[in-house]
Amino acid sequence: MIPAAVAVQRPSDARLMVVDAAGQVVHKRRTDFPGLVHSGDLVIANDAATLPASLSGIHLATGSSIELRLAGRRSLLPGHIDTFTAVVFGAGDFRLPTESRPLPPAFSAGDSLQLGPLRAVVREILEHPRLIEVRFEGSAQEIWEGLARHGRPIQYSYLSAPLALWDTWTRIASRPVAFEAPSAGFLLDWRLVGRLRARGATFATLTHAAGISSTGDARLDAMLPLAEAYEIPVRTANAIDAARRGGGRIIAVGTTVVRALEDAAAYDGGVRGGRAVATLKIGPLTRLRIVDALVTGQHEPGTSHYELLRAFQDDPVVCRAIEEAEMHAYRTHEFGDSLFILRGQRFTCPSVTTTSDIPRGRPSEPASESGQTAGRSG
Amino acid sequence: MFHSSIHGLRIAITGGTSGLGLALVRRLADAGADVAFIARGRAGVERVCRERPDAHGIVGDISEMEEIHPIAIQVLGALGGLDVLVNNASSLGPVPLALLADTECEDLERALATNLLGPFRLTKALLGSLAASAREGGAPLVVNISSDAAVTPYAGWGAYGASKAALAHLSRIWDAELTAEGIRVVSIDPGDMDTPLHELAVPDADRASLKNPDQAAAEIIDLIAARVARTLAPEAIP
Repeated sequence: MIPAAVAVQRPSDARLMVVDAAGQVVHKRRTDFPGLVHSGDLVIANDAATLPASLSGIHLATGSSIELRLAGRRSLLPGHIDTFTAVVFGAGDFRLPTESRPLPPAFSAGDSLQLGPLRAVVREILEHPRLIEVRFEGSAQEIWEGLARHGRPIQYSYLSAPLALWDTWTRIASRPVAFEAPSAGFLLDWRLVGRLRARGATFATLTHAAGISSTGDARLDAMLPLAEAYEIPVRTANAIDAARRGGGRIIAVGTTVVRALEDAAAYDGGVRGGRAVATLKIGPLTRLRIVDALVTGQHEPGTSHYELLRAFQDDPVVCRAIEEAEMHAYRTHEFGDSLFILRGQRFTCPSVTTTSDIPRGRPSEPASESGQTAGRSG
Repeated sequence: MFHSSIHGLRIAITGGTSGLGLALVRRLADAGADVAFIARGRAGVERVCRERPDAHGIVGDISEMEEIHPIAIQVLGALGGLDVLVNNASSLGPVPLALLADTECEDLERALATNLLGPFRLTKALLGSLAASAREGGAPLVVNISSDAAVTPYAGWGAYGASKAALAHLSRIWDAELTAEGIRVVSIDPGDMDTPLHELAVPDADRASLKNPDQAAAEIIDLIAARVARTLAPEAIP
């Protein structure tokens, strides 16, 4: 597939590949999406706005130029803005693919970083030499100002021009907590939200701090997605219950919504409102408990997003969808075409589950990132 | 003064270091709202922050396109969401006031950038948060500060009056369109107030005849309270 090289969120010719519950592939236009939504369905999108998470600066011990990409935070509370997990890159800008970038200097705990007006200290080197925990100095207000003024959106080498922050904010963007855009949400505009309601569907949101999508380092990429903080409003949790009781489908806009909802349900099969950190990684062995359908971008094999698709349909179906996408020159990446994939019949479980018939504990592998726990509240 | 319906509301005010904006910052913070205010000058922002350490001061110029998202990020970083946006920052256009025939295009552009495009862009950047407030059961409101010069064609007030008229109409259309999302948008004329902006426009005005901005702020707080109580009439706004 070819990457979409221009940062237009809703190109007029955007396409939508539909993989139905029987595994059949149909080609549509993206503007056809509301027509695929039924009365009683619940469409849930991630309303996270995108932080300018790329910070250029200096590793003070060596004087080397670096780029720090913020990648994780323990909670979405506005005051909890001083400590992040981050991925370090060497000098260079978006015109150089990440895999070709020079390596950053070796970091040690205690090293100081000057990132524009922000000063940060390396607290810990995590499971990879380029994955660190940093702590910013200063008040929450000073840190927010420093990020807002000095940060730039994480860039993509396949784009023909640098991304501005507004290119990365969806129409529904609310709190700035995502590190990269929850780009499936680019298909939404307010007119489309109105069309969904006119179909008799309900529109709801959650807020999920979408992390970094790729680092150019195979070992780091294999660790993605890192732990991601999320918050599910009580009203969204109630809407999920109501839709399932009424026989409506839960349609996720974006892989982050799938991850948040399935992580929330991993405990006992139900979704409650509240805050948590998603550590669940979704793949072919995951049994989806909440989400019936997903609208997302076009994803290529080898990515964590592709693995997530394998929770919806058998491998031959997913493979056939990818072949069709290749054959019909679908555009991939953040500003590319869309995929609407329904959960295959074999993957369907009873629409209403009770606590008693769900095994306790998480169905997937444990978190890959230390220091982030799935503390729940609310 | 504590005001139960205002308490806990997350409110952002542009032009918050003088005149009506400053009066709103003080009164809303007194009423228990969580207030963020925006102004261009760092010294002014710091001065108000010293007076009101309970309010969040943000340095930014809403007339500059590149500053809108950094401002929005800081508002949302400070408040964690948004219920009410007051677009109060205003530009007179040419100072001293000029007949339209004597108005430089650049002065008209500046008035439009501050009085029309700035509120449009900032509202758009914060619309997702206002919609989220509505989905969570809030009663979000955008208040655009207008003027009688938006209605009456006063000689010398061309750039200001035309930009405020456009803002008032923008508010009406936005209000009609955003009803489905649970967001109200209103523009109000606070009256001729004794403010630095008025002094720039009419340096020899009889200040005793002008309204105290604190009085106008109290009226706007009543309007916000009516919105929270869902008693704000659809036709209440000129």
